[in-house]
Amino acid sequence: MINLTAIYVLWLREMKRFLRAKSRIIGTLAMPFFFLAFLGLGFGNMNIPGMAKGISYINFLVPGIVGMTMLFTSMFAGISVLWDREFGFLKEIMVAPVNRISIVIGRIVGGATTSVLQGCLILGISILMGFKIPGISAFLLSVVFMLLISSTFIGLGLIFASKMRDIHGFSLIMNFVIFPIFFLSGALYPLKNLPVWIQYLSYLDPLTYGVDGLRGVLINVSSFSILFDFAVLVGFSIVMIFLGAYFFEKSESV
Amino acid sequence: MTAIEVKNLTKNFDGFTAVDNITFKIKKGELFGLLGPNGAGKTTTINMLSTLLTPSSGHAKIAGYDIIKERDDVRRNIGIVFQEPALDNKLTGKENLEFHAMMYGMNKKEREKRIAEILELVELSDKANILVENYSGGMKRRLEIARGLVHKPKILFLDEPTLGLDAQTRRHIWNYIKKLNREGGITIILTTHYMEEADYLCDRIAIIDHGKIIAIDSPNKLKDSLGGDIITFEIEGDDEEFVKSINKLRFVKSVKKHDSKLTVAVKQGERRIPELINIAQKKRVDIISVSLHKPSLEDVFLHFTGNTIREKEISQRGRNMEFARRRFGR
Repeated sequence: MINLTAIYVLWLREMKRFLRAKSRIIGTLAMPFFFLAFLGLGFGNMNIPGMAKGISYINFLVPGIVGMTMLFTSMFAGISVLWDREFGFLKEIMVAPVNRISIVIGRIVGGATTSVLQGCLILGISILMGFKIPGISAFLLSVVFMLLISSTFIGLGLIFASKMRDIHGFSLIMNFVIFPIFFLSGALYPLKNLPVWIQYLSYLDPLTYGVDGLRGVLINVSSFSILFDFAVLVGFSIVMIFLGAYFFEKSESV
Repeated sequence: MTAIEVKNLTKNFDGFTAVDNITFKIKKGELFGLLGPNGAGKTTTINMLSTLLTPSSGHAKIAGYDIIKERDDVRRNIGIVFQEPALDNKLTGKENLEFHAMMYGMNKKEREKRIAEILELVELSDKANILVENYSGGMKRRLEIARGLVHKPKILFLDEPTLGLDAQTRRHIWNYIKKLNREGGITIILTTHYMEEADYLCDRIAIIDHGKIIAIDSPNKLKDSLGGDIITFEIEGDDEEFVKSINKLRFVKSVKKHDSKLTVAVKQGERRIPELINIAQKKRVDIISVSLHKPSLEDVFLHFTGNTIREKEISQRGRNMEFARRRFGR
């Protein structure tokens, strides 16, 4: 039932497009980089309440910014179905004798690869800025978390893409979905500082567990256990992929 | 052998019927045209037959497979060239074809041979490794036709294959289409709102308007159904005798007189002119000029709908914009 060739060729297309769009890579990396650079420098020496002792703000920030990169690039990858619709290529995909599940998987695998590559680039940049990774196994574990965050938000992006007719609603999603998810996740500050009722909202945000897990892996500080973060994220990603595939299947391509 | 069988096919978009209960059959190897103004329902028909849209009611079989229940079998047997470009501009021409061939499950050896062959056919071999964003409109069109053929479909759908192309490129593409049909034996169904395109290419035509098929036949038979050619004589002198005698002729369908002009409806007008002039001379009528008008598909369209296709498009535009507003909320 799963068509591996189709998944591979959809992935391959994503890779080719990614590597050819150098300006897009720079464009999507610029924002996390500036967040990292300016927030890191600006708040670097400040004593932020609620933060574990002995952790500098920049070290606290890096996993959050990696999570942010995953959120933005993955949502974008999911929503890029709309661009394919705009340019007509979606019809070429949909008219092929390939079942919809394989198309969704190809999309997610391709999007997740490009997102994780960008997450690793940001991680690389932060290492250049003085961030220290505990070791190779910590790095590999962080990639696992990146993959889970990515597939969750590609699924969410697919849901939006299936419900929208064109790309005009993208800025609405940017402001009312992506940014709230980002701020609620505790990527920039410890969640303990938020009013309690907002903290409850944070617990509904998949990125909260993504960022917390990345912190646990990369700087050995986390609110929940790494295993708990992992389990919750696995749950979220399965649900989102399933829903994304469901809505994509139901949407009409013309 | 039937390639396509359509029965009572209907598509409604909230409150608007785009395709209204159409029924037709296409034989294997036929080059069939759907002719009608923009917004008549041609593309919606194609989208249903190619499994991109689900019909509201009715059904159809493509190469023996049901378009609702056996979608993947239908998809495997058809090639399609969409009205709007559907290429990935960030890939090269060859990569677009490779993507397609892999989606259709062709193995590497088969793929390479076929892609080289097909690029040759559409004369794009030397441009194969250029990004599609740098192609001209005509090159993109040719690439899309090539792509529709890569997996050797039994049936090819062409939705407005020459829309927006210059006259020379259009000719070029017409010749490809004819060649594919005659030499390749591929059944082709194309949509167009260009009369001369339908006339030049198609074995049979369905004229479609407001989602309904209003006439279906070969271009020549459709034109003949109007009563043949019109010969117009400009004459001087007493023509009473002349009119009387030609009215008796077997091949003359009707004679009408306005002022100094006489219009005669006949079949195969060009063969009858000498004979008619002979009679005029015997009856001592001076002929100043003779002209022959062969009915075009435009006349056929006018006859069946009461409008020319261009008038249709102008009046239909308002309707379509209203539809787009409702559907897309703009």
